[in-house]
Amino acid sequence: MAYQIVRAEWLGPKLKLLEVAAPEVAQAAAPGQFIMLRLHERGERIPLTIADFDPGRGTVTIIFLVVGKTTEELATLERGGAILDFVGPLGNHLELEAPGTVVVIGGGVGVPAVYPKAKALKAAGNYLISIIGARSEELLVLEEQMRAISDEFYVTTDDGSQGRRGFVSDELAELLASGRQIDQVIAVGPIPMMAAVAKVTAPAGVRTLVSLNPIMVDGTGMCGGCRVRVAGKNRYACVDGPIFDAHQVDFGELMSRQGRFVPQEQDSLDRHHACRLGGSANAAPA
Amino acid sequence: MPPPPERNRMPEQDPTVRRRNFTEVALGYTEELARAEAARCLACKKPQCVEGCPVEVDIPGFINRVKEGDYAGAIALLKDKNNLPAICGRVCPQETQCENKCVLGRRFEPVAVGRLERFCADWEREQGIQAPALPPRRAQRVAVVGSGPAGLTCAGDLAKMGYPVTIFEAFHETGGVLRYGIPEFRLPKAVLETEVQYVRSLGVEIRVNAVIGRLYTVEQLLKTGYQAVFIGSGAGAPSFMDIPGENLNGVYSANEFLTRINLMKAYLFPEYDTPVTVGRRVAVVGGGNVAMDAARSALRLGAEQVYLVYRRSEQEMPARLEEVHHAQEEGVDFRLLVNPTRVLGDERGWVQGLECVRMELGEPDDSGRRRPLPMPGSEFTLELDTVVIAIGNRANPLVPSTTRGLDTNRYGNIVADLATGQTSLPGVFAGGDIVTGAATVIEAMGAGKRAARAIDTYLQQHAGCGA
Repeated sequence: MAYQIVRAEWLGPKLKLLEVAAPEVAQAAAPGQFIMLRLHERGERIPLTIADFDPGRGTVTIIFLVVGKTTEELATLERGGAILDFVGPLGNHLELEAPGTVVVIGGGVGVPAVYPKAKALKAAGNYLISIIGARSEELLVLEEQMRAISDEFYVTTDDGSQGRRGFVSDELAELLASGRQIDQVIAVGPIPMMAAVAKVTAPAGVRTLVSLNPIMVDGTGMCGGCRVRVAGKNRYACVDGPIFDAHQVDFGELMSRQGRFVPQEQDSLDRHHACRLGGSANAAPA
Repeated sequence: MPPPPERNRMPEQDPTVRRRNFTEVALGYTEELARAEAARCLACKKPQCVEGCPVEVDIPGFINRVKEGDYAGAIALLKDKNNLPAICGRVCPQETQCENKCVLGRRFEPVAVGRLERFCADWEREQGIQAPALPPRRAQRVAVVGSGPAGLTCAGDLAKMGYPVTIFEAFHETGGVLRYGIPEFRLPKAVLETEVQYVRSLGVEIRVNAVIGRLYTVEQLLKTGYQAVFIGSGAGAPSFMDIPGENLNGVYSANEFLTRINLMKAYLFPEYDTPVTVGRRVAVVGGGNVAMDAARSALRLGAEQVYLVYRRSEQEMPARLEEVHHAQEEGVDFRLLVNPTRVLGDERGWVQGLECVRMELGEPDDSGRRRPLPMPGSEFTLELDTVVIAIGNRANPLVPSTTRGLDTNRYGNIVADLATGQTSLPGVFAGGDIVTGAATVIEAMGAGKRAARAIDTYLQQHAGCGA
């Protein structure tokens, strides 16, 4: 049984949304969880955060950045296409605390990952401050959706093409410096961004959560490939996480471990491109 | 005339050839060898071997049929008790079970029961397997969590009794440890596929990509049409040594290393998308079957030097003798009475070596084996690119942590009656590694079989609860 794509949409130059028919996963899903997918018989299993889910429609939405062979192949799928294996929901969902003031931060492809958490926090009665950022304007995603659910909303871009010029952590630092009462910060994005956020909130002692997406094989606690050092102990992001206390995470090690298969990933991508070029050479001219 | 004292050897691929390929090492008996081996059986009036079989196979019965050339009869007798004979014939530690009890074995080499079992199953596969006649379907349904040896056995036995059974498998493929753990060169996937197909032909439905504990809880299964649940989710969580450097790039758990190779076919990268790296020099830490599988896989992936680092001596190794022997034949370099103390890495976070200390054996410990003690000042370093940690697994926490009222012990294993699989929850049974901790395929199958019987009794007592 394959999982049908019911909606496909490019959100940015390398960012694509797929809404996948997976009624049982949609029924069981909660904010903060992820899925693993395998495209075809020869495919690898990759984890992707659930960006949205709709039990009524029976769908789960994923949003991903094209970074390698698998995501490149995934991005070729359009409405009516299908994914061979789609497993989930995996990981623990976000635990909702007593309502207060929460800052939700999304960087780049972390914005779709943080969106369902922001929605849940807002629905639980929190005062929601959102900060989203990207390298530049055309890489900003879900801006309208995030703005619509937020009580306060900030945008940063590295090049200043939209919103504040700088990083999401700069905006956060300013909020903290202004003396605002902030009960919790939740940040999802590239590892350096999450590390920067943790560094900003640590002196103020503000509870800070991050959602990690390390290399995984199974996603069910079996391979240990996704181990992350948290408070000096190995934890498995797939079953103990993916959400962890940012002040306890060893981001340096996590960053290093993300490079475990870089030469192989590059090789795979290069061969894929060579293969595609070969294919188009044989095709009739457009 | 007394039987020949030595058992018939099974043909194998030459070690110098097979150490670089993933095709099956042991080639199986020919018909001639099988009949000659079967003729060694004394056909004891009170067969001890059967007592050594966790799934109660009529061993003298099937061997007698082999002797007579009635292979169809032999496999029928095997399958009466064992749903997975081609698998058991390959991976069972017969030397500590049926063959250990063989009366002939008191003076000579025991009858090669495992090789004969394999012969019968392989013979049947070549003929084309016939689906058996099934009893009328019952109304009460059973859910089985996990399609490993325990789950497949429990499901198959229940289906033979007429119960509609659904297996929920977390992976995209069936078989559990038979798929992700045991390499192709010991258990070809085609053999596994055929046995799983047989279980399906009994009427068992298998749903892949269904993670119980996440997609559905056990409680939900019991509320949505299943009157009983069997949990066979295995010992899936890898243990690490907790030494410095264990998170360096190039350190794998055996589970990750083998899952990449076996389930994801990383040995066929880049035709398959999942990579695995070994580099030139590999050390596998551990002394069990999983360690042997990892070391032999590393050789096949092209490593020039593969060390097996084990803190006790060969005598204490939990691996099957045959596996140890095979690994040695293929050139795995055994470094015994050696314990790693630290993984050494370069400035970019990659493995460079393993710092070890030599050990000596002291007084026996809780396991009855002599306790290994470090020898001060004996530290040395192995230069390496890859380290695989194969020191065992803990219970997979997914089901226990999401099932209210399900008792577990301090290791996280589900507490279940070993005779019935009954857990602390009514209608919920468990067996295999999730209960015992990492053990053997056949012990898991035995637990699945006993649980099937207990589930039948339970459901008969609760008749009328069905749809």
